[in-house]
Amino acid sequence: MAKMTLQELRKLRDTKKSEIQKRVVDDKDTQIIVGMGTCGIAAGAKEVLDAFLKELDEHNLNSVVVTQTGCMGLCYVEPTVEVISPGMPSVIYGKVDVEVAKTIVKEHIMGNKLVTDHVFDRPSADILKDGGK
Amino acid sequence: MNTVHMKINGKPVEIEAGSNILAAAKKANVNIPTLCYHPDLPAWAACGLCVVKQENSPKLLRACAAPVQENLSIITHDAELYQIRKTVIEMILSTHPNDCLMCARNGTCELQRFAAEFGVREQPYEVRLVDLPKDTSTTSIVLDPSKCIKCGRCVQVCQDMQGVFALEFIGRGDHTVVSPAADLPLNDSPCIKCGQCSAHCPVGAIYEKDEIGDFVRAVSNPELHVVTQIAPAVRVALGESFNLPAGTITTGKIYSALRRLGVAKVFDTNFSADLTIMEEGSELVKRLTTGKGAIPQITSCCPAWTDYMEKYYPDMIPNFSTAKSPMMMQGAITKTYYAEKANVDPATIYSVAIMPCTAKKYEIGRDDNMHASGFKDVDLVLTTREFARLIKASGIDFLTLEDEKADSPIGEYAGAGTIFGNTGGVMEAALRTAYNLMTGEDLKNVEIDAVRGMEGVRTGEVDIKGTTLKVAVAHGMANVSTLLEEVREAKANGDEPPYHFIEVMACRGGCVSGGGQPYATTDEVRAQRIAGLYTDDEQSEVRCSHQNPEIKQIYADYLGAPLSEKSHHLLHTTYTERPLYKH
Amino acid sequence: MSYRNYILVCGGTACESSKATEIYEALVNEIKHQNLTEEVQVIKTGCFGFCEQGPIVKILPEDSFYVQVTPADAKELVEEHIVKGREVKRLLYNKDKSKKHAKVEDIEFYQKQFRIVLRNCGFIDPENIDEYIAREGYAALEKVLFEMTPDQVIDELRTAGLRGRGGAGFPTWMKWNFTKQANGECKYVVCNADEGDPGAYMDRSTLEGDPHSVLEAMTIAGRTVGANQGFIYIRAEYPLAIHRLEIAMAQAREYGLLGKNILNSGFDFDIEIRLGAGAFVCGEETALLASIEGKRGMPVPRPPFPAVKGLWGMPTVINNVETWANIPVIMLKGGDWFSQIGTADSHGTKVFALTGKIRNSGLVEVPMGTTLREIIYDIGGGIANDRKFKAVQTGGPSGGVITADYLDTPIDFASLTKLGSMMGSGGMIVMDEDDCIVDVAKFYLNFSVEESCGKCSPCRIGGRTLANLLEKITKGNGELKDIEQMKEIGSAMKKASLCALGQTAPNPILSTLNYFEDEYMAHIVDKKCPAGKCKSLITYNILEDKCIGCTACARKCPVGAISGERRSVHVIDQAACIKCGACFDTCKFGAIEVR
Repeated sequence: MAKMTLQELRKLRDTKKSEIQKRVVDDKDTQIIVGMGTCGIAAGAKEVLDAFLKELDEHNLNSVVVTQTGCMGLCYVEPTVEVISPGMPSVIYGKVDVEVAKTIVKEHIMGNKLVTDHVFDRPSADILKDGGK
Repeated sequence: MNTVHMKINGKPVEIEAGSNILAAAKKANVNIPTLCYHPDLPAWAACGLCVVKQENSPKLLRACAAPVQENLSIITHDAELYQIRKTVIEMILSTHPNDCLMCARNGTCELQRFAAEFGVREQPYEVRLVDLPKDTSTTSIVLDPSKCIKCGRCVQVCQDMQGVFALEFIGRGDHTVVSPAADLPLNDSPCIKCGQCSAHCPVGAIYEKDEIGDFVRAVSNPELHVVTQIAPAVRVALGESFNLPAGTITTGKIYSALRRLGVAKVFDTNFSADLTIMEEGSELVKRLTTGKGAIPQITSCCPAWTDYMEKYYPDMIPNFSTAKSPMMMQGAITKTYYAEKANVDPATIYSVAIMPCTAKKYEIGRDDNMHASGFKDVDLVLTTREFARLIKASGIDFLTLEDEKADSPIGEYAGAGTIFGNTGGVMEAALRTAYNLMTGEDLKNVEIDAVRGMEGVRTGEVDIKGTTLKVAVAHGMANVSTLLEEVREAKANGDEPPYHFIEVMACRGGCVSGGGQPYATTDEVRAQRIAGLYTDDEQSEVRCSHQNPEIKQIYADYLGAPLSEKSHHLLHTTYTERPLYKH
Repeated sequence: MSYRNYILVCGGTACESSKATEIYEALVNEIKHQNLTEEVQVIKTGCFGFCEQGPIVKILPEDSFYVQVTPADAKELVEEHIVKGREVKRLLYNKDKSKKHAKVEDIEFYQKQFRIVLRNCGFIDPENIDEYIAREGYAALEKVLFEMTPDQVIDELRTAGLRGRGGAGFPTWMKWNFTKQANGECKYVVCNADEGDPGAYMDRSTLEGDPHSVLEAMTIAGRTVGANQGFIYIRAEYPLAIHRLEIAMAQAREYGLLGKNILNSGFDFDIEIRLGAGAFVCGEETALLASIEGKRGMPVPRPPFPAVKGLWGMPTVINNVETWANIPVIMLKGGDWFSQIGTADSHGTKVFALTGKIRNSGLVEVPMGTTLREIIYDIGGGIANDRKFKAVQTGGPSGGVITADYLDTPIDFASLTKLGSMMGSGGMIVMDEDDCIVDVAKFYLNFSVEESCGKCSPCRIGGRTLANLLEKITKGNGELKDIEQMKEIGSAMKKASLCALGQTAPNPILSTLNYFEDEYMAHIVDKKCPAGKCKSLITYNILEDKCIGCTACARKCPVGAISGERRSVHVIDQAACIKCGACFDTCKFGAIEVR
């Protein structure tokens, strides 16, 4: 992308916003977001991310995208992972290790069930949910 | 001038904007204690003694660093401030040895003074001393890390005033020490031995190497013929050690004191200052008229400066005057010309120089050129501070001494020789004689205002009967770089050199405030000492070096002419590039 | 097929101990009973905080937050909420609406946290500028470049009442205004990312999670004060944050959001990263600027302030990461919006790194005015291992302790200072009854002493003397006069040190002396450490009536200080004992006592 004008920036924002709202990115409707701050990585987030990729691959789950984000603030239960899938409330899982990652894929992604003992609470409302107005 | 109106302890004070609160307090007859502030330096704000209160503010200000402001109201002394200051002094004392009686600064120590004023009678806090050896690696100064109070003056002097960067804070917190990088000995660092650190140190952590013992042994040795010389700047500063105002000319008393100390002959470096002008002036004229030799010619009388140049600007070596410093010229002719004339075996001559400078202690052993006479040309250098102690310890009542005269044939001097001790003086002296050398006539007005003054760098043009001589003067080592960069740039661009002649002195104000001069030198003191030298010049019958009868005599009897072969052998030297750090 | 409802039962230790399992089972039975197992999933979760109000049940997707639920409530919850779709009002968490910070309408939510600074952390991929842009990223810059004058920006900041989040809380608009009005050949904008308090990592997380918010804010400042160059001074120990900043800067440059002629506005601004070597004192702004200039990081006296004479002598706006991260939101939502959050004295939110003996440690962002109790108990879930709360340290090594008596103090700049602590950059370390207060003071003081630059004598010498006095006291060699000396030196350091590091270094001592003088006295007079922490002051003894002579302790003792025949009472050789506590941990019969 070349340097943008104001109009281009606004257009890009609108496009990306609707993508996020539809929760469909690049035709993928399910997102696994791994908290990859220093704290998460120190607690094993990289291994967890790899485990997700491997597990999704094994089950040929092509509509799932795995991305990273920063620290969610829940340091006591790192690594943390947010799962957003159609028809389900988006939830944050904590204390996710390789085994839990596999369980999340099987139960949550494939079985539409929340995984017991690992759901944690998002710490606050989103001040930008109404577009920051 | 912008004036600010403020109050010190309720008393209205008017003061120039940009001043600090210390200065404002002085105007209100109030002294605020400080151990780190020095008027030569920007406020470093380390010691914590000068804290003052601002009315209606809970935070204390540092009087050294806080600028004056309109309507500012300051409390400088109260019970709380007294207690804070006393606690700070006691804390500093808890990390400082209390061997005051055996300290180089006994009696002149600023910390000792405050301990006395604040009536410190016990050591309440845990004592932690730095257990590091003294650095005696240089011939000039001694670093005693155990005495250091980390006020930072020496580091600021070394870096900001002198641009040398030999000293730095090493380590952090209470492990901080002042030392050359990589814990190298000072002598292996870029140190130029100017000794400004020792002149600014408030305590006994950096001081001149004391060699009074060598002097005493020499004069009591019947085999030795002790001959002395005194530098121009010593005569206007030594008096301060005997409570005379700065700038008081004490030449006659110094000669007298030296004789009482048992020396055989009392000569004067000023004679050789005149000799230097003959050589260096001729050299300049030669470079200008023959086109041989690099332009600008740069003075080389200052050993700290030559050391600096060899380390930081070795590309300037060709620009340096090959003339030795007056002290070294005096040393060389003492053991040749004088020895011959007086029929004294030069091997028995012990040549002592009284100098305002610590680098002079280094200069006498710089290289083989300092043995031009076949012997060590100068055997010993004592700084003004050592000399004052020597006089006192020898029981000489300096103030009541009769004035005496120097000995012949190398003791007489022209006014030109005496102003060698201040910034611009070498230039002025050289121009007086260069005029004569170039035109065959003497200047009507020998006082050349263009090169006088205290600005760190001064430039001017001097008309020598139609020939314009572009000159520049720098003092305070850090100021020289602007000039030298100009020269380098012109050289790189193939342009005309921006100057023909440059005078450099390492210390601010010139030798009058050399690293070996009495303590508490400020710009005010510098101005008084400089005024003393100009007065000495004015009072001299002969103002120009080439008119000095003894100078004429030495050329007639011994040297032949300036730049003669003999002159070259005895009075000129060479320079070599030196590394900043020896490994 | 998905479930239509999810019932989440908090399975945190606190809720667990108050019958969470029974509630879970009751709910499962009730769902079965109603034949809803295909429609509703009941699961146990991790701790939700609010442990004082537990057990907690949350029902999704409505996000209904039920507190103090009992097994008996299961039936009603299922019948009302799940079957009839009506929330059970009497169990819903009732937010105290009298609090000023509840004024903002859109936080009618049970959470105590309110995230402005951390708005994007954990939401977006920090390595993808598009995600930042999608969440109103660079919209504030747009506004500033095309719709606002620099004076309007400063007015907006003034209305917002944003104060610096680095520690002292200086009004941000004033800093910017000084720099804007100052004359200089050029001006600079600096981000202080030299976070270094023990236990604080707010800035690291912000930069790792949302680097663009800082870049955008610095560009806004550049536009406002007339600077074209920014520097981010960040410690080299933060490699991930540096990496993400570098990616963010490259992406912003590619989009033309940094560099020449940003969005064709004619405004140029770029940013460079400068790495710090980790000296704590380089977080002090004048030392930081010296370090950027390549000099030794030592503070210089202020005034002149960096806003007027900063980097290379030029006017410089310097703010810390958290302050920067607030700026785009203020520009976007307006100063008025921001000023309604918090207390009269301190607007907006504050991020804390909640650590220590706390159940749910983590990064929390709360509106100013939130009480310590809310942070520690509602968000942090209370003290770990059911120990008793002793104190909380805010402001890191510059702050002080706050005791249980003051837990209901609403936190803002003024209230913490009044308590002898300070806001600081946001470290919040919780201590329990096992923490020795003298030991805590020693820890912080040693930190400050090691991090002192050594420039000014009050800090350099006073700090070490204080540290040694504390060492002496914890070693059992304390004397009563030591207390007086500590106060004397402490107050001289506070008043006469050059920078905030030295001025605040004695705070941990002075504040613990203030609140826990009896504990100091116990060390000095009784030669006892009540918390059992100071090894020189404790002894391990074997209680004759409890020891069964199992020899476990003797086998564990690393120095062979315990002797005794099998099945007879053992004895500890006090001279040989190194007080490691291995015997205490090993004994299953409670036969070892610490005195």
